[in-house]
Amino acid sequence: MRTSRKLLAGVSLAAAMLAANSAFAAKTLVYCSEGSPEGFTPALYTSGTTFDASSRQVYNKLVEFKRGSTEIEPGLAESWEVSADGKEYTFNLRKGVKFHTTKWFTPSRDFNADDVLFSFNRQRLKDHPYHAVSGGTYEYFEGMGMPSLIKDIQKIDDYTVKFVLSRPEAPMIANLAMDFASIQSAEYADKMLDNKELFDQQPVGTGPFQLVGYRKDAIVRFKANPDYWRGKAPLDNLVFAITPDASVRYQKLKAGECHVMPYPNPADVADMEKDSNIKVLRQEGLNIGYMAYNTQQPPFNDVRVRKALNMAVNKQAIIDAVFQGSGKIAKNPIPPTMWSYNNAVEDDKYDPEAAKKLLEEAGVKDLQMKVWAMPVQRPYNPNARRMAELIQADYAKVGVDVEIVSYEWGEYLKRSSDKDRDGAALLGWTGDNGDPDNFLGVLLSCDGIGGSNRAQWCNEEFESLIQKAKTTSDLAERTRLYEEAQVVFKREAPWNTIAHSIVSEPISVRVDNYMIDPFGGHNFYGVDLK
Amino acid sequence: MLRLILKKLGLLIPTFIGVTLTSFFFIRLLPGDPILLLAGERGVSPERYAELQAKFGYDQPIFMQYLDFLAKLFQGDLGVSFSTKQPVVQEFFTLFPATVELAVCAIVFAVLFGLPAGIFAAIRRGKTVDHTVMTTALVGYSMPIFWWGPALIIIFSGFLGWTPVSGRISNMFWIESTTGFMLIDTLFYSDEPGAFMSAVMHLILPTIVLGTIPLAVIARQTRSAMLEVLDEDYVRTARAKGLSSFRIIGIHALRNALIPVVTVIGLQIGVLFAGAILTETVFSWPGIGKWMVDSIFRRDYPVVQGGLLMIAAIIMVVNLIVDLTYGLVNPKIRHTE
Amino acid sequence: MSDASIDVKAETRLDLLVNFWKHFRTNKGAVIGLYFFIGLILVAVFAPLIAPHSPIEQYRDAFKAPPVWMEGGSWKFILGTDAVGRDILSRIIFGSRYSLFVGVVVVSIALSVGIFLGLLAGTFRGWVDTIIMRIMDVILAFPSLLLALVLVAILGPTLVNAMIAIAIVQQPYYVRLTRASVISEMSREYVMAARVSGVRTPRLMFKTVLPNCMAPLIVQAALSFSTAILDAAALGFLGVGAQPPTPEWGTMLAESREFILNAPWIMAFPGFAILITVVAINLIGDGLRDALDPKLKRS
Repeated sequence: MRTSRKLLAGVSLAAAMLAANSAFAAKTLVYCSEGSPEGFTPALYTSGTTFDASSRQVYNKLVEFKRGSTEIEPGLAESWEVSADGKEYTFNLRKGVKFHTTKWFTPSRDFNADDVLFSFNRQRLKDHPYHAVSGGTYEYFEGMGMPSLIKDIQKIDDYTVKFVLSRPEAPMIANLAMDFASIQSAEYADKMLDNKELFDQQPVGTGPFQLVGYRKDAIVRFKANPDYWRGKAPLDNLVFAITPDASVRYQKLKAGECHVMPYPNPADVADMEKDSNIKVLRQEGLNIGYMAYNTQQPPFNDVRVRKALNMAVNKQAIIDAVFQGSGKIAKNPIPPTMWSYNNAVEDDKYDPEAAKKLLEEAGVKDLQMKVWAMPVQRPYNPNARRMAELIQADYAKVGVDVEIVSYEWGEYLKRSSDKDRDGAALLGWTGDNGDPDNFLGVLLSCDGIGGSNRAQWCNEEFESLIQKAKTTSDLAERTRLYEEAQVVFKREAPWNTIAHSIVSEPISVRVDNYMIDPFGGHNFYGVDLK
Repeated sequence: MLRLILKKLGLLIPTFIGVTLTSFFFIRLLPGDPILLLAGERGVSPERYAELQAKFGYDQPIFMQYLDFLAKLFQGDLGVSFSTKQPVVQEFFTLFPATVELAVCAIVFAVLFGLPAGIFAAIRRGKTVDHTVMTTALVGYSMPIFWWGPALIIIFSGFLGWTPVSGRISNMFWIESTTGFMLIDTLFYSDEPGAFMSAVMHLILPTIVLGTIPLAVIARQTRSAMLEVLDEDYVRTARAKGLSSFRIIGIHALRNALIPVVTVIGLQIGVLFAGAILTETVFSWPGIGKWMVDSIFRRDYPVVQGGLLMIAAIIMVVNLIVDLTYGLVNPKIRHTE
Repeated sequence: MSDASIDVKAETRLDLLVNFWKHFRTNKGAVIGLYFFIGLILVAVFAPLIAPHSPIEQYRDAFKAPPVWMEGGSWKFILGTDAVGRDILSRIIFGSRYSLFVGVVVVSIALSVGIFLGLLAGTFRGWVDTIIMRIMDVILAFPSLLLALVLVAILGPTLVNAMIAIAIVQQPYYVRLTRASVISEMSREYVMAARVSGVRTPRLMFKTVLPNCMAPLIVQAALSFSTAILDAAALGFLGVGAQPPTPEWGTMLAESREFILNAPWIMAFPGFAILITVVAINLIGDGLRDALDPKLKRS
């Protein structure tokens, strides 16, 4: 009976479409996401794709980034105080916040300090019952240096929590707004003690959307959390249609099968702008694509050689051919959307003749070098191979012979960080928490040599500036220090700063109030459909 | 017969051991360290690296790792995916129905069009029909399907807008996975009107793309098998006796020609799997082929290792079944190995 | 005495060849395929003379120029240019070199190793046979493309490694064919006679048995020539075959995927080149089979 009715309903595609529309009078926004989320506990993973489906819809953090900016606003903590020595952070928690009621869990109490303790202690304490669950690797928690930084977390009362640090650290608050710091339900975790893996696959959070179901490589479905503490989302349903191929995503957007798509092919963007049903939002991404010389190896230990090679590259041509317009020439190692960006710094001008002269002056003749091209696509470098080919052609004009080398990605990361690496490596970085230290400290400090400092560059002047900035909590002072550091950086030229990407997000004109997230995430709270 | 089965099974055991060795050691030979991939641009400290190695068991001697792998294999445990941290077996069985559904549709499509085309060509041997069918079959047989897929997408989805571009069903529907086969789930287990039709529309292009090569092979094989049978004495006799050609073809010729054709269909499973890898990549079809490709690029060791093993096991079993049924149908085979 | 016997042999070989050509010529499709194939070889050999541009030169003022017959096309770039302004026609012309190269290398490796292993297995039987054939079974248990993909992932993504991987996955067919022929030939009277008269095994294998099982091997070689081209292109398409800027057809397809909507010609031509090349080789293969192997005729 049921079957025959359905067959009747499906006699033609048109009928099917009609039926589909009437079945969803509720507001359903479809987001054509680029991949499957790895899981739903953000702390276990590192990919933006996973955060989009978990921390950014399902969970809240103690403090959060204001939608569409890198500014901090209160989240599950209503307010906080920092002690005079900068080592104690006390958070006053929000009251009356409800966890999701789902098919798999019904909460019996509101959010409180136990949930905060659970969420951090799971990552922090090796003997925590959940520490080893689902692989038990907490890369962001480790990567941001949390294990050595957080000495203790104390529950003062049900709605007050104190973080005790081992040293003053200015970027700490920004760190707590990151995805790994998402707050999960301790009550739910207790209930799942017999089946802990499921805890990470069927999430319960306090966020604006709650998970309905997930089918790998196909679909993630959410509905609005009716009791959300900021107020219920304007959308009723949120669907992630997993569509890894960018041209396919575009097809679907055109056909109205999805409303928002991330990562369009740069080549398609011009086309999209002509389409009256599509609106393209743009913003500079929080990233930098660079080419790092090995500053410890001759002839690249000579600043003149580095400067000359910088001048030999036609960056505009790279923006055109590799970024196809979705990029902006970079002059500083941090992106322009970040505070303390020093706009007064002047870039090395494209001038092959001057470059040739400078090379001669440095006594470099018939230079043969390697340029390393990453094997993967990254926002800061959509096609490293193509970029390397362009650089190769540019260098040929100043008499430098380039061999392009590439390795499998893991191997590439390892070999490129080697102190004795031969040649200049293309790489980049995407910011985690909007703090300049997250760029300058990670990528250019002396500590990073043999690791994330691919230029193997250690400059005393630069180092003292950024170390001082890290322990100062006064924002104006920090800004001044970082601005000065950028001047030193440009003078010494350990990198050729190539580009910042411009993030383009095509959305359907039916979508209202969508904002690009500077961190590259996709947030749907506050978004509406016309 | 029993002896034949036992003998074939006996042959499978060393092959299976070979398969476990291959999938295990291949993965160990893959360049690229999953721990480094996990860390990304950020990098990882040597202490942390050692800690993670111990966690994944990579600090053990390789032989011990293999024994451990075998021991777990017999408990049905193929390890846990690096990227999703979920059991490989579980992931395999969530995605497998999608591949089976596509493969079955492709085979049905290939038989539905390949058989009649082959028969028709055989009957009209040397005529225009024959030439057209054979030329088309040759082109189909030579088709680079990773180009064929995009070409069909450009035409049917891009210009004409008839078919959806990718996926298994319109994302307007939320279908609980009961059997995992979208056609069955939408038809019998879901109340949403239009869902079944949507699933059908999503299947059309991938089916054509994956079915093209089997179709061509089946058409060619059917034609030649038919020609052979049509030449046999008893068919000539039947013709001479004045039986209508419809009856001759329907009863005598077709039945006998089917035996080699059925074998060909059975033997296409390996080809289908290879084709599924490309088809699923082109159409973002959430199946095993795409899962494997993604995992190879992601260096998800446990998934590649477990997936290789499961796929090989399935192919071996299917080939065994084909072998045995063939032996059953055609007794001559039994004695000549 | 001995001179005379050589003459007879030469004559029969010539006869065989003539006879073969007679058969082959009657198959029109095969002849067309052969002409096309010869043409392709010429194109590959004289690529630098024929191609209007260098295959890797980037014309930075002509990114994604359409082919001549489309609006905005010009005779400078007859088939248009790709995303970095390289002439597609020139790339396809140079690409023919890689495809032929892949076919020749893969077939040579697979054929020579396959014949060797097949002869070993078929002549000695016993444990040698068992080991070789079980290894072949293992290779056959995996879908060929998947196995090749994993192999290339292990060896590193280059065209040479792709060829090695494809040769390995094609190996079992040659081994099985050779072994089967050897076993059936070994029971023939002339082999028995030779054995009795004390001809040593290696000589027996290569001089007597092998020439008599060449026919199916040649047919298989034609078949795997086209499979090799397709598989290499498929690997290129998946991003593990030849690496850019090599103008290999499959790699060109992979590079052009993102332009499928706004510049479909970048994708259209390399795919078409693969298709017609493979069709031509398969035509030749069909012709060879009909002419060489009457048993397999019409199949």
